[in-house]
Amino acid sequence: MVSRSPLAPAPRGAAAVPANAAAPRGLARRRRDLGDRLFTTAVTAMAFALVGLVVLLLVSLFQDAALAMGRFGLAFIWGSVWNPVTHVFGVLPAVYGTLATSCVALLIAVPIGLGAGIFLAEFAPPWLERPLAFLIELLAAIPSVVLGLWALFILVPVLRPVEGWLGRHLGFLPLFSGPPIGIGILAASLILTIMVLPILTTIIREVIRAVPENQREAAYALGATEWEAIAGVVLPYGRSGILGAVTLALGRALGETLAVTMVIGNVFKIELSLFAQATTLASLIASQFREADSEIYLSALIYAGVVLFVITLVVNVAARLLVHRLSTAAIGLGKGGG
Amino acid sequence: MLPTARSLAAHSAGAPALAVLDQGNGCPPSGSATALTGAGATFPAPIYTRWFDAYASACGVRVNYQAIGSGGGIRQHTERTVDFGASDAILTPEQFAAAPGTIMIPTVAGAVAIVANLDGLTPGQLDVSGDTIAKIYLGQITRWNDPRLAAENPGQDLPDRAITPVRRSDGSGTTNIFTTYLSKVSSDWQQQVGAGTSVQWPAGVGGEGNAGVAGQVRQIPGAIGYVELAYAKQNNLTWLGVRNQANNYVQPSLESTTAAMEGIELPDNMQVMLVDSANPSAYPIAGFTWLVVYQNQTDRAKAQSLVALMRWALTDGQAMAEPLDYAQLSPTAQQKALALVNSISVNGQPALP
Repeated sequence: MVSRSPLAPAPRGAAAVPANAAAPRGLARRRRDLGDRLFTTAVTAMAFALVGLVVLLLVSLFQDAALAMGRFGLAFIWGSVWNPVTHVFGVLPAVYGTLATSCVALLIAVPIGLGAGIFLAEFAPPWLERPLAFLIELLAAIPSVVLGLWALFILVPVLRPVEGWLGRHLGFLPLFSGPPIGIGILAASLILTIMVLPILTTIIREVIRAVPENQREAAYALGATEWEAIAGVVLPYGRSGILGAVTLALGRALGETLAVTMVIGNVFKIELSLFAQATTLASLIASQFREADSEIYLSALIYAGVVLFVITLVVNVAARLLVHRLSTAAIGLGKGGG
Repeated sequence: MLPTARSLAAHSAGAPALAVLDQGNGCPPSGSATALTGAGATFPAPIYTRWFDAYASACGVRVNYQAIGSGGGIRQHTERTVDFGASDAILTPEQFAAAPGTIMIPTVAGAVAIVANLDGLTPGQLDVSGDTIAKIYLGQITRWNDPRLAAENPGQDLPDRAITPVRRSDGSGTTNIFTTYLSKVSSDWQQQVGAGTSVQWPAGVGGEGNAGVAGQVRQIPGAIGYVELAYAKQNNLTWLGVRNQANNYVQPSLESTTAAMEGIELPDNMQVMLVDSANPSAYPIAGFTWLVVYQNQTDRAKAQSLVALMRWALTDGQAMAEPLDYAQLSPTAQQKALALVNSISVNGQPALP
């Protein structure tokens, strides 16, 4: 280690260690470098272990689904017959149910979550905001099974007269056709909304809070009202974050099993009404896995799991691309605005 | 003089005090395994738990039973990770081929009650035949005041209400018994749907487990569903009388379930579903639950404990069935079951004299 005048600038490229008596020399320095390297190796290993875990999961999934994949191929995805007795399997109605309940749930949850998030971030006084935020986060802590039971015994009886009213007044629309027995896509979507709201609200609140104050001040300086500032400046700025929240919520909704199983009716059919009973991939697998009594039956269920995984993956990738597109657009806007 | 438990204990200090085998119905001899594992059906789990508890206190043999479902029980039995399996369904030829040498020993029986949700309905007030049930679940009969239902219930004022059939969304032995019965009494059902723990239902909504089905029946006015008798009794559900082969309308009960065993030709291997029994007082929708074991055991200590346990369950243990809402084995059934237990051998020798 060459000692140099403390006033001379530190040479670039050299080990950026200050040339003073406090710098460790010899063995101590080798030990610290070793420590650094160990640390780096350890965290890299952990990261790769995580990736490795996912890869292993995929490999074992594909292995177990191989039998069904070989027998049914891609026709499994658009087959509509699920017959454990004759061993003919196809999951299109389950795919429909999964996507339908998740989309309806998000359609209801996103406006509510946005509204709640904006309220908590912008309008709520501190004495109200903190307990309210806490309560919303508590909603996420309720176990799925408990929510499912609540939905079956409390939500469904309340929903039945509501569905009856909708059926009488809007029954000409295919969306509200069919006998309103309470159990079905609407009930499942509502319970998914409840499960997904905490994530949405919390993240949107954080995203809005993270919007720099100068953006808002600039909007007000230009004469915007509170609503114009929020809708025109704050929300677009936090667009990517909000979309990320929606993606997380969608991922949760796609995979939710128990609560949905209890109120969706478990009928293997595609019917375009909100009152119709349906089934989802997750509830199909969870219901039938335990008693699957033949290799092909088990393999078909795992194949259904692979399908669900692929759907979730596609949704996440699409959302990521959208976020990327939106955030680069935002940056472009910022640069252009100067 | 037969050595008593105390003298045995004096001889083998540290070993659990096991009574000596008396007439083949008691505890296994010393040297037998003191721990057994089993897995399988959830339906008999309450009575098995009670049995294993009582047997552990009496004989020091601890049995660990995991109610993971019939399918899981058969899988574990095939892979030889448990000492015995338990199933509500008879093994398929495929499953027998994967586990050669398997025998099935019935322990108790249960019934499947048909329950409904109608205003003012009392248990047994309405009657229905198997064929009608099949038509309801096929979606061919859709209203309660259908003439076919009215014909079976003269004098009853059936409402003009839609029938919502409720069935199981998860695979289960209860579904297996129910669909086997429907396949037997309705050729339409046999052709279109068939029997199994899980089938392709033409109509109706699904509930998860007995609780799910009962919950949905309770929620939906005009619903009809099927649940285990034990569950129906414990939850005071309103069931229907079902017509049996002798044209009597019988309500589900423990007596009518045991009677079902007397009206069916019981094969020596006891692999038969107790549906559509010919006995005039039989309830037609019933079924055994079995223990699944290998006839040729390799571990003598375990085989001895297993055989002693099963002998006890099939004799003294039967008295514990009724308080828990399970039907005892009829004398013929018990005899054949014991014969199967006695056929268990270790390396060619019977496991226990």
